[in-house]
Amino acid sequence: MLEATELQLPGCFAALSPSSAPLATVPFSPFSMPHSLFRRAGPVAEPDAVLRGRARCGRGPLPDSLLHPLFLGAVSSVTASGEIQKGPGPAFLSLQMSRIKGDEEEYWNSSKFKAFTFDDEDDELSQLKESKRAVNSLRDFVDDDDDDDLERVSWTGEPVGSISWSIKETAGNSGSAPEGRDQLKGRNSFYTQLPKPPSTYSLSSFFKGKEWAELDLGVSSPCLMDYSNDWSPSDTVRRLRRGKVCSLERFRSLQDKLQLLEEAVSMHDGNVITAVLIFLKRTLSKEILFRELEVRQVALRHLIHFLKEIGDQKLLLDLFRFLDRTEELAVSVVFVSVGSLFTNLPFSAEDSAHIQDHYTLLERQIIIEANDRHLESAGQTEIFRKHPRKASILNMPLVTTLFYACFYHYTESEGTFSSPINLKKTFKIPDKQYVLTALAARAKLRAWNDVDALFTTKVGVLTLVLLRLLEREGLRRPLKFSNWLGHTKKRAPIGFHRVVEILHKNSAPVQILQDYVNLVEDVDTKLNLATKLKCHDVVIDTCRDLKDRQQLLAYRSKVDKGSVEEEKIDAILSSSEVRTELKWLALQGHGKEYQYCSGPAGH
Amino acid sequence: MAAHLSYGRVNLNVLREAVRRELREFLDKCAGSKAIVWDEYLTGPFGLIAQYSLLKECYLEGDQTSLYHAAKGLMTLQALYGTIPHIFGKGECARQVANMMVRMKREFTGSQNSVFPVFDNLLLLDRNVDLLTPLATQLTYEGLIDEIYGIQNSYVKLPPEKFTPKKQGSGGGKDLPTEAKKLQLNSAEELYAEIRDKNFNAVGSVLSKKAKIISAAFEERHNAKTVGEIKQFVSQLPHMQAARGSLANHTSIAELIKDVTTSEDFFDKLTVEQEFMSGVDTDKVNNYIEDCIAQKHPLIKVLRLVCLQSVCNSGLKQKVLDFYKREILQTYGYEHILTLNNLEKAGLLKAQTGGRNNYPTIRKTLRLWMDDVNEQNPTDISYVYSGYAPLSVRLAQLLSRPGWRSIEEVLRILPGPHFEERQPLPTGLQKKRQPGENRVTLIFFLGGVTFAEIAALRFLSQLEDGGTEYVIATTKLMNGSSWIEALMEEPR
Repeated sequence: MLEATELQLPGCFAALSPSSAPLATVPFSPFSMPHSLFRRAGPVAEPDAVLRGRARCGRGPLPDSLLHPLFLGAVSSVTASGEIQKGPGPAFLSLQMSRIKGDEEEYWNSSKFKAFTFDDEDDELSQLKESKRAVNSLRDFVDDDDDDDLERVSWTGEPVGSISWSIKETAGNSGSAPEGRDQLKGRNSFYTQLPKPPSTYSLSSFFKGKEWAELDLGVSSPCLMDYSNDWSPSDTVRRLRRGKVCSLERFRSLQDKLQLLEEAVSMHDGNVITAVLIFLKRTLSKEILFRELEVRQVALRHLIHFLKEIGDQKLLLDLFRFLDRTEELAVSVVFVSVGSLFTNLPFSAEDSAHIQDHYTLLERQIIIEANDRHLESAGQTEIFRKHPRKASILNMPLVTTLFYACFYHYTESEGTFSSPINLKKTFKIPDKQYVLTALAARAKLRAWNDVDALFTTKVGVLTLVLLRLLEREGLRRPLKFSNWLGHTKKRAPIGFHRVVEILHKNSAPVQILQDYVNLVEDVDTKLNLATKLKCHDVVIDTCRDLKDRQQLLAYRSKVDKGSVEEEKIDAILSSSEVRTELKWLALQGHGKEYQYCSGPAGH
Repeated sequence: MAAHLSYGRVNLNVLREAVRRELREFLDKCAGSKAIVWDEYLTGPFGLIAQYSLLKECYLEGDQTSLYHAAKGLMTLQALYGTIPHIFGKGECARQVANMMVRMKREFTGSQNSVFPVFDNLLLLDRNVDLLTPLATQLTYEGLIDEIYGIQNSYVKLPPEKFTPKKQGSGGGKDLPTEAKKLQLNSAEELYAEIRDKNFNAVGSVLSKKAKIISAAFEERHNAKTVGEIKQFVSQLPHMQAARGSLANHTSIAELIKDVTTSEDFFDKLTVEQEFMSGVDTDKVNNYIEDCIAQKHPLIKVLRLVCLQSVCNSGLKQKVLDFYKREILQTYGYEHILTLNNLEKAGLLKAQTGGRNNYPTIRKTLRLWMDDVNEQNPTDISYVYSGYAPLSVRLAQLLSRPGWRSIEEVLRILPGPHFEERQPLPTGLQKKRQPGENRVTLIFFLGGVTFAEIAALRFLSQLEDGGTEYVIATTKLMNGSSWIEALMEEPR
């Protein structure tokens, strides 16, 4: 009760009251928070849940979050739609009631909220008793009040909650019928006689500007009808739109209900439309509801969205079956629940291929997962011992699955479910994608031979041996050879600079990196990469091939003093081949370079 | 407080006060002592701000509630600022909002609005008309802050490392702050007002200029000889301190942003975007996008680029679209088929129909791509995207001069109807225009607006011969990422 008293329930009552005018009139609504919550809360809340939630507010501690003014807004909007559901209200009475702690438990334990629903099975007598008790306890509560006032707030079908708000509205509405004023007085007395705690002071008394009344845009005559029950569908919808309570149960005939729906749709306010739809959903048979909605597309979309939000898959499925739009649903159902539902749903031609793939993939994953879990726990397989699996493969994307397969099942024959090649063929994974994934997986395992094999086109064993031999023979200039080797025999569908990046990320040894840096075709990219990755040999050789003395000199400062690389650079710088070339360059007018070039030559 | 809201022709403080009063009244209805927990995010200059990206609701779910609220909001604005005599609009949602406004006015004929009209025109723009602009990366200072860190109700959270106060010789700096640094960004801050709309490339020079001025001002203390001079100096100190603090903050932010914008990846992405927007190679599979997918870059980034390409090509060729879809589903998971479907329904991603690419026509007629952009001293709105002039703002610009009649053809290509409504004013309220007086146009972006678009409109307002001042209203402040995110189907 603590929070409830802190919030001072009469106030809470006001805030929770469904006709809370500020909510309905916050100017510039797209900017105002309450509306957004309104939107959210409205359609989402299922009627019964609403009622339960509300009951909790009334009787017990309020959740902390509700103390937030904005949440008050949310609550009130929920009740707005709930109220539409359950008709006028005991629930609101209960809020007041909760001030009388003695009566509270009894009231709550015995009260039935179905008082005004048609599908209620309780006999009317007990309901009457119920309401009488409620009225009596109200009498206790406002014991020194006029009887007249009490009658106004009792079971005339008029919800209590609207009272405080109609005060505001009528007050803002100058020059309406005198009778309305009288009523206002009476009601005012009812409300003002509630004991107010000393700490309360009226903020709005500071700000009661007269232009404020003008701002209250849509407010005009309808509030005078607060006490009559005979609203036309359009009046009802208008009230709903302003967030006021009104009972929809009066609309009994199908014609009335449909008129109500049409009015709501013409208002464009989703909350109202949803509220009416909830009412229709409850009071019409499925067949009739669906039939009528089929010709009312706007309302239909709202219902579909509402059903999606509350997760009523069954009704949704029925609806789509009725509308012959099963493929639309099928897609969403698949990802909501992976189950037996899956296969027998029809899909659009475009989606079906993807869905089929998804299904196949899941099947695979289940098999692989079971198999590998077994292998792992047996502890016999080396790869699983060295690299324990971090997570289950279930529900992972295809590429992730491929990576997994390349990591744990790379060498398997094509026949097994978990072999990468099998995956590639089954799902028609493009070469690029495959190579990238396999490369990443094998590089991570530091299986450099596999990496090599990925880019080597198939050649006879003999040729391979020959090539290796050649490579070894040419130890002095290994790069030249591997370069030649690469151009003829190594191909990658992804560009070797990408290969190098991936290898570098997996901290491949320099030797391997160099081989692949050399395979990069574009010279500038190659130089950049080599410089970045400190593949000294590649940089030096490239500079030499480019006859770029200046860059070589600049690079000399980057290598360690006295290292092999430095010697190599010096050797090249002083070699005659480069010198003549540079002299030629100098003759072209590169005077500065000539300076450089004469320097080392003198040594 | 909030003085920056009242400078302009339209005193926005009126609105703010109205909303505040409303809140107070609301609170007042809750009798008794109140325990109010304020979310500090909501205490910015405008107080309560709720945002919708209507695209999802309107186009995916067919829910017009937000349009209804937009119309109601506009009615409220008219109650505060007077009836707006001219309404222009483009797009399906705009048409509907205008219809609702007309209807609400009809229902509310009882009382004549007697407020002298502040606005001359209302322009309703449906986001659906210009899907391209939000997808491109914004290049204004504020836009980049939003792109990189996300501005929430005028607050931004930044990594704290750059904001550690320089302490000398205390504790060795072990206690680095771990909580994100939170800053409020609005025009109440003098420096921010100056740089927020600038192209990021022009921000650096402003900052360094400011730094020189401030240090010069501090140096002046040495020149202060007499007591009077010293007193004057001291009286200026608080202002100078504040200026220095704000300069320090923005220098740090600019550094953070610079780290991102100078990265290779950002550059590559921007290059691809600009190629698309200038109409280069929009009809084939783009290598960079393919690479991004292969490297599993964030899905939102990938989707943004693919959508951009689709929009710049009036839809992708079926083969290209299928390729992207397949790659995305295989790499990120098949469940994203729902997201892809949403994007298709919203028109962001589609197959080209009729084999005709309309974008070049639109681009040329509306001059959406400018090759020579002056980022430092802009002469055209295209500076906000370093080359691309936002379509929505161009429409607004052309509306004020020479009028939409000159671009009828393009308007027909763009989706949704365009229309004009007049709301007759009683004779007493009709305005006699002073010569040289600017018109005031309220632009309502239905479905969201980016900071770069706002910057472009501010730029137009400031043009000396512009002739029009703009006030912007919207349902949401957005950028491409938050937009795509809203359209993504979250797994349940």
